[in-house]
Amino acid sequence: MTQAHMNAAPALTVRGATKRFGAVVALDGVDLAVRRGEVLALLGDNGAGKSTLIKCVSGVHRFDSGSVEMNGVPVEVSSPSVARALGIETIYQDLALFDNLDPAANFYAGRETAGPRWLPRGLRVLRRGPMAEATADVLKRLQVGVADARTTVGLMSGGQRQAIAVARAAAFATNVVILDEPTAALGVRESRRVLDLILRLREEGHAIVVISHAMDHVMEIADRAVVMRRGHMVGEEIPRPENRQKIVSLIVGGDD
Amino acid sequence: MVRATAENAARVRTGGGYDPPSVGLAVIRIGPVLMLVVVVTIISFLSPVFLTTRNVGNVLGQTAAIAVLALAQLLVILTRGIDLSVGSTLALSAVVGAMVFESVQSGPVVILAMLATGTAVGAVNGALYVYGRLPHPFIVTLATLSAARGLALWLSGGQPHRGMPDVVQTLGGGLLGWLPYSTFLVAGLALLTLLLTTRLVWGRWIYAVGGNPEGARRAAVPVKGVLISVYVLSGLAAGVAGVITAGRLNAGSPTFGELAELDAIAAVVIGGASFLGGRGNVANALVGALMIGVIRNGMNLLNVDAFLQPIVIGVVILIAVELDVIRGRLEERFRVIQAVRS
Repeated sequence: MTQAHMNAAPALTVRGATKRFGAVVALDGVDLAVRRGEVLALLGDNGAGKSTLIKCVSGVHRFDSGSVEMNGVPVEVSSPSVARALGIETIYQDLALFDNLDPAANFYAGRETAGPRWLPRGLRVLRRGPMAEATADVLKRLQVGVADARTTVGLMSGGQRQAIAVARAAAFATNVVILDEPTAALGVRESRRVLDLILRLREEGHAIVVISHAMDHVMEIADRAVVMRRGHMVGEEIPRPENRQKIVSLIVGGDD
Repeated sequence: MVRATAENAARVRTGGGYDPPSVGLAVIRIGPVLMLVVVVTIISFLSPVFLTTRNVGNVLGQTAAIAVLALAQLLVILTRGIDLSVGSTLALSAVVGAMVFESVQSGPVVILAMLATGTAVGAVNGALYVYGRLPHPFIVTLATLSAARGLALWLSGGQPHRGMPDVVQTLGGGLLGWLPYSTFLVAGLALLTLLLTTRLVWGRWIYAVGGNPEGARRAAVPVKGVLISVYVLSGLAAGVAGVITAGRLNAGSPTFGELAELDAIAAVVIGGASFLGGRGNVANALVGALMIGVIRNGMNLLNVDAFLQPIVIGVVILIAVELDVIRGRLEERFRVIQAVRS
């Protein structure tokens, strides 16, 4: 991390987040902060509350209580489109890609570049050239290799698809990129590519939150790891080989 | 882009040449056109009359209504939907047109009444499906298939009403040289649909909704509006097909368009569109409609038993669907190759 990044307010700060689903307390006073140029690993066993936390941050759910700040400014993340407008991009496990469309159409789905502006949005003419160019630029910058930029995403391998999804998030995230299990379905080589891609996002100064069960990947890319258990934040560690066991026991709760 | 799948896939070279799945995908992409060329070639060898201008005009005139219905059915199928009501809607709008003509002797008014009737049925379909939260458009449009036909029978007293304004007769049955006016109408509508699907944001949304409805919702695509719009357009197309049919036969009859919905669906499927949504294009849907028209006309010319026609069309549909299955397999192999190569 650079000095400038250290001094600025965190890109995203969550304070005292609470969320109940009926009688189940999914989040109980959770705090979270992630800075620009930092990869934060969000760890925890199934049902620990990780997914609830990121879904609240990305506008799918709403916190019952607690506050969210972006770059020190309080915000209200009331819907997925508000989250997008705030510069928070989330990559879910199921990707939400459009297999029948090419990378550029996937990048711009729901936010197409089109004109003229006086027409209703749906009747505007697509500016296909600029969208394709911008997409190609992002893919090139992030070194995502695509054989032909006009091939539909459905014809790509799992790793390429994941890379497209990550690049799409990176292209539009002005603040935070959240990745849910980015390497879960990938082979060794394809995981490698996606991890490298995440590291490039960090270099570009994005604030990154990664949910992962793959300890090796966490050790490699995360600057900090926070561990959740039963809706609480139970610990924070700097991932290093020597405290790997400690992180694992925080996750499984062996010290109870 | 949407259209570019297989031929771009084929451009990915391996060593000395194209890899087999890519070539297969490219062939399947032009499959509908290939099939049409084969069928046309065979029939023109067997019948000297087939490729005469007079007969070609005939085929185009007979296919116009199906083609219009197929264009709109394509939009519906692209969103993973189906519209079974278009044949009945065609009849209803023809009957309404004929009855309006009995009291108002104005071509534009009659045409407007027919288009409005079709659009109204389409709007009912779309609104019931989306706001009634019905599980599948099959059910809604099956209901309107029945209701619209019933309404047409009830309004007309079960009888055809003779007489259509001159402009309607010209649109449906008139010739410009040896080409029917309806061919130009179809061409114009096809061009509009092509522009909608490939150039407008709305068209992109149609493909997005069909490719991944949940993803489209998360991406803030107005999914409900898109769904309603395709059923409204399908109803409007049924109105246009009603104008063509009524003009051709100079009447409005409650028995018009029976099973026309199945012809339209068959045309779209023969054109390689996928029932899983998000896949298909305007040109191939037209080719599918033409295929049906050509087979019917050709078998008539060759004096083949009329009962055999549905069998042949059934076989063609099966071939088209099988090609889609093979396409799926080839794409899987293509993905594997991509993964290995990357």
